[in-house]
Amino acid sequence: MTKQNLVVIGAGMASGRVLEHLTDAAPDAFNITLFNAEPRGNYNRIMLSPVLSGEKTYDEIVTHDDTWYAERNVTCRLGEKVVEIDRAAKRVIGENGFVPYDKLIFGTGSNPFMIPLPGHDLDGVIAYRDLEDTERMMGLGDGQNVVVIGGGLLGLEAAAGMAARGVNVTVVHIMGHLMERQLDEAAGYLLKKSLEAKGITIRLQANSKEILGENGKVRALRLEDGTELPCDLLVMAVGIRPNTALAQATGLAVGKGIHVDDQMITSDEDVLAVGECVEHQGALFGLVAPLYDQAKVAAQTLLGEHAAFVQKSLSTKLKVTGCDLFSAGDFADGDAREDIVFRDPSRGIYKRLVIEGDTLVGAVMYGDTADGNWFFGLIKDGTDISDMRETLIFGPAFQGGASADPLSAVAALPPDAEICGCNGICKSTITDAIAAGATDLGAVRATTKASASCGTCTGLVEQLLQVTLGDAFEMPTAQPVCGCTDHTHEDVRRLIKTMPLKSQEAVWQELGWKTRNGCHVCRPAVNFYLLADWPLEYQDDPQSRFINERKHANIQKDGTFSVVPRMWGGITTPDELRAIADAADKYKVPTVKVTGGQRIDLLGVKGEDLPAIWADLNAAGMVSGHAYSKGLRTVKTCVGTDHCRFGTQDSTGLGIKLEQVLWGSWTPHKVKLAVSGCPRNCAEATCKDVGIICVDSGYQVGVAGAAGMDVKETERLCDVATEQEAIDVTVAFIQLYRENAKYLDRPYKWVAKVGLDWVQERVVDDLDERARLIAAFELSQSIYRKDPWAEHAADKAERYQPMADLTLAAAE
Amino acid sequence: MTWVDIGALDDIPLRGARLVKTELGCVAVFRTDSAEVFAASNTCPHKGGPLVEGIVHGQSVTCPLHNWVFDLNTGAATGEDGRIATYPVRIEDGRVLLDVTQLQARTAA
Repeated sequence: MTKQNLVVIGAGMASGRVLEHLTDAAPDAFNITLFNAEPRGNYNRIMLSPVLSGEKTYDEIVTHDDTWYAERNVTCRLGEKVVEIDRAAKRVIGENGFVPYDKLIFGTGSNPFMIPLPGHDLDGVIAYRDLEDTERMMGLGDGQNVVVIGGGLLGLEAAAGMAARGVNVTVVHIMGHLMERQLDEAAGYLLKKSLEAKGITIRLQANSKEILGENGKVRALRLEDGTELPCDLLVMAVGIRPNTALAQATGLAVGKGIHVDDQMITSDEDVLAVGECVEHQGALFGLVAPLYDQAKVAAQTLLGEHAAFVQKSLSTKLKVTGCDLFSAGDFADGDAREDIVFRDPSRGIYKRLVIEGDTLVGAVMYGDTADGNWFFGLIKDGTDISDMRETLIFGPAFQGGASADPLSAVAALPPDAEICGCNGICKSTITDAIAAGATDLGAVRATTKASASCGTCTGLVEQLLQVTLGDAFEMPTAQPVCGCTDHTHEDVRRLIKTMPLKSQEAVWQELGWKTRNGCHVCRPAVNFYLLADWPLEYQDDPQSRFINERKHANIQKDGTFSVVPRMWGGITTPDELRAIADAADKYKVPTVKVTGGQRIDLLGVKGEDLPAIWADLNAAGMVSGHAYSKGLRTVKTCVGTDHCRFGTQDSTGLGIKLEQVLWGSWTPHKVKLAVSGCPRNCAEATCKDVGIICVDSGYQVGVAGAAGMDVKETERLCDVATEQEAIDVTVAFIQLYRENAKYLDRPYKWVAKVGLDWVQERVVDDLDERARLIAAFELSQSIYRKDPWAEHAADKAERYQPMADLTLAAAE
Repeated sequence: MTWVDIGALDDIPLRGARLVKTELGCVAVFRTDSAEVFAASNTCPHKGGPLVEGIVHGQSVTCPLHNWVFDLNTGAATGEDGRIATYPVRIEDGRVLLDVTQLQARTAA
């Protein structure tokens, strides 16, 4: 058989692997010519990151050197571009002349995608793709600044490599968490934490706007919000595009990539393609495993053997020292799937398995990825996991026999098993302490420190008490927030403050939540705790709010809403009343009602009309009355000294001032106030959360009243002489409530738990603490004292409409 | 299968939902994760609450009226005797596609 001529275009990892297979299996079958535009042969591109970080040298990652090509009789035309392909004459025309072919392989790879921001062509704006880019990054050193756009695999490897060289690195990522294609939010959170610990600054949900330069060289990146990030080098790592220019010019079928069939053959039967330049059944390829599969199939096809390329699930690992993550298969998207989640906060571990029917379909792991390949095997093989489902997440070491009963599992632990990771306390230390007389959780904590830090092992310690003491131990009955956690509300609040925890992902991970992102019971509570304690760092999450607070209106039983504009202190004007009447007509409001809090309620407004009716009320100078919120509702007043012959102080004025200070604030439950101008109490102030009675000598401030399911008179917090003091103690009281109460406890329930004395010490007696509380409230109000109606009517109106209306399409 | 493009994935807030009107009533499309969507009837079988307004958590939604919780994989209510219809939905190139086979009026020409 005469030798056939094989020409390969591109010396990359896929085409290189084809050459290996071919020359191993049939060394004499082909005369091989290799073109490569880069002036070098095949090197292991995925090892560029270790080169960048200094863990490897370029020489160590070369896969095919001159000797290798010589031994395999491959004619190399390195540094020579292919100009044209003449398929009729079966010739590849290079810059230095043509070569005839019988078979041709495209391995042209991909090009990095450069976002066409203004300034993207400045010197110092590079991709992360080849050795030149890597060398450019390696040229930076201590104290220089780099911005990396793109928080995917490649961008983070570039960032970590440069940070290891002492460069100040900022990663700008448009999405809400890092590596969103491979990781879920929980793992993304842990990854961010580890990278930040390496000194890398991460900016999420950051939109790049413009690259700024000076004398033709990059100087800074400007974000959409106006922030400027100075940089000596800007690396774009936002994705790749198959390099199909030559294939297209040659007339091959090209979509997003070069179309190939299962045999890796293009639309021309003598032309094959492998690697990142191909499109197979609509899919593109960027990871190395499928490229190697393609290479093997291409080699077999060339040798006349039957082989077919099949797309498989993939696994990903990040090559950053100290960031141990693994993801495989499909952990998003799809029907009939269930999650198994395991978290170990003290060791920074997160594992999530996604199960469909009786098979594992996806896995995400962070911190401990030792079992990654075992899970990946189960995913690839579609193994039936029904028998080991209960213990699957503990990995292969756990399979075969261990009991699912937690008590016997604890009993079976060896004496040196670590129970409390924070304080390094092992089982025997705790059992010894129990034997020595520590017979409840508090005593074990006091004597051993076990479970005294993050508290996640509390359940384990209690089980140890139960196992050791038997019936002599009574399990405490503290109610956890919900089924997602063993922590109580009080624990969660304390740990959010002390650890500190500033995001939902931080709470889920560090407190060992058992679900992916909480439930309708815990998420609104955690959202409130975070925004109350970290008003600047944490952003309110509308998706963690009940419908009324998310839509800024009260849902009614028929799915319509009620709209209540704010009337400060219960005072209105003829113009406001006209605007309300006009709105009621225009939006066909079926019911108009005067409320108990001295407001007007428009009932029966359609959800899609909300932004429009708000805009109309805004135009008349009115804002949201927050009649729907766990926040300040109303300050009811009487007319006081303005008109009443008995009035002792300006109760209306004080009510308006209080409402203007307090409006917009979120609280654990709703808060209602009233100010009465004299002890006759026409504003019914003595059953409010805060009720003020004006007297000749000043103001009597009462708190913790109730007039709902429970009826309770207010308790006297203090008497003050001036209006300003009345405002100050009210604000301080509400802030103390915001900082300490359990979500959905009204003030009267909270005061009953902590005691009025405790509140008085902080709000009345300790003037420094009062000042701190007022300052903390004011800081929070710098964010929240604004009209949500105006904001929603302006920016979010489309969210109130259906996403699509298929009844219209069908009628056409 | 009759797949209809109902809009961009990013038009649905993460851990939120949007409404789609159809000939046979309203369908809620839920986004439970950055690239995970479900579609189901918008109407709670208990008292007709609009599920599109519920809190979305894990792969479930809680009805805003009386806190019935539905597993979006199966449509079954947790701990209650009730179920909502679910519909195939998928993501392609950042668009959300809904299978409307069961949602077209039988008389449609």
